[in-house]
Amino acid sequence: MKYYSYFPGCSAEAAASPLGLSVLPVAKELDMDLIELEDWNCCGSTPYGSVDKLEATCMAARNLALAEKKGFDLVTPCSNCFVILHSANTHLKELPRLREQVSEALAAASLDYSGGVRVRHLAEVLYSDITPEVIGAKVTKSLNGLKVAPYYGCQLVRPDGFDDPESPHSLDELVASLGADVVSWPLKAHCCGSSLVMSEQELALELINKLLRNAQENGAQCLVTPCPLCQINLDAYQSQVNSKFKTHYHLPVLFLTQLIGVALGITTNVLGLQRNIVSPMRVLAPYL
Amino acid sequence: MDDTMVKAPAAEVDFIGEVCSIPGGEAIRSCIQCGMCTGSCPTASKWDYPPRQAIAMVRAGLRDELLSSNSMWFCASCYTCTVRCPRDIKPTDIMHALEVIAIRDGLSTKRSRTPVMYKCFVDSAKSNGRVYELGMMLKFFLRTNPFAALKMAPVGLGLFLHKRLPLKPSRIKGRGELKAILDKARALGGAK
Repeated sequence: MKYYSYFPGCSAEAAASPLGLSVLPVAKELDMDLIELEDWNCCGSTPYGSVDKLEATCMAARNLALAEKKGFDLVTPCSNCFVILHSANTHLKELPRLREQVSEALAAASLDYSGGVRVRHLAEVLYSDITPEVIGAKVTKSLNGLKVAPYYGCQLVRPDGFDDPESPHSLDELVASLGADVVSWPLKAHCCGSSLVMSEQELALELINKLLRNAQENGAQCLVTPCPLCQINLDAYQSQVNSKFKTHYHLPVLFLTQLIGVALGITTNVLGLQRNIVSPMRVLAPYL
Repeated sequence: MDDTMVKAPAAEVDFIGEVCSIPGGEAIRSCIQCGMCTGSCPTASKWDYPPRQAIAMVRAGLRDELLSSNSMWFCASCYTCTVRCPRDIKPTDIMHALEVIAIRDGLSTKRSRTPVMYKCFVDSAKSNGRVYELGMMLKFFLRTNPFAALKMAPVGLGLFLHKRLPLKPSRIKGRGELKAILDKARALGGAK
């Protein structure tokens, strides 16, 4: 059994709840003990850092301080939480003035952070600690014949990811270990528009349309991503794209843990498959 | 120093200094204006001043023009420019820093709804300790364009019907503790 502190992130409780649901049963099956960080708060997310950098770093630091008491690596399934917690951790190490101010602020709540936490993305842990080989050996329902386009998005691989920042391969290997056919598509690490989908919807829909078109043209039956924002944009906004661009996409977008869960034979309701807006049930039917 | 060089007024020097003081910000001094950032940016066509030009404007001290533009608010934080820059400049971080300064100085543009969205996000994260998506979305549409909410309704309804839009916020127990930390941070101020 491998032990980790687990940081779900806000969206895993709400708009990305299929992610929140599917992580734990899959982790259990893979002998990972993800211990939820007690009373974690918002990571300090990109919007926060664009309004007030010191406060945003303090938000991240409270989580890091809580995790340091536990002593395990801090693992998050959210790509934005990963970038934010990871860069706050680096900045606190490298910038003495910031560290001083954050320490003083944390002291107001009798907390202290000395820089001892390693922040990791769940996809990286699955790839590096668990490995595609071990996952492959646990597959009970091979996804043979299912054409899956791995969608990395941005923040899993940039700026400080564990894979090539523009031509990544780790998800391809994880998907291949499940027996599925990996769709090779040029836009696999391009941007979905992130939270600008709310404030600049036209622009984000254009980016989402490009991604869906590219995946479909390359033969994908579904996409798989670890990132909550990417999944929400490609899944929940797919009907908006269809009406704006007169397209007819019906491409299910699964979370990585949902797809792994199916191949490991975990029941569908535990994996939150009914919560995907574009239903994946038809393409997954042969494997359920 | 070559005495034919034009000296920038004090405020302009401060602007470069401000941007250089952010982590990695000093690298903008070595920008060669190659345009890799603009060529890599998925949203550059919408910016008043695309990334390469925005960086040139920081160096030229064109503070208010840049800070009141819509430019940095179109950054989707994809970090493509950051990993491609041949001079190790981090344009993404610089855009975030410009956003902070624009909000602090009351210069953020009304031509992009992103500043308001970000503020609604921060209010939600501060008061609950976690982001309450439904509350934040409603506040955002009320503050910007309530009619745009109608366009968003099918998306919201889809999420709600799939149990992905809880009606109640998730609140942390340590809200008092978090408030003490953030109050202290505000009192200390100064870090960009």
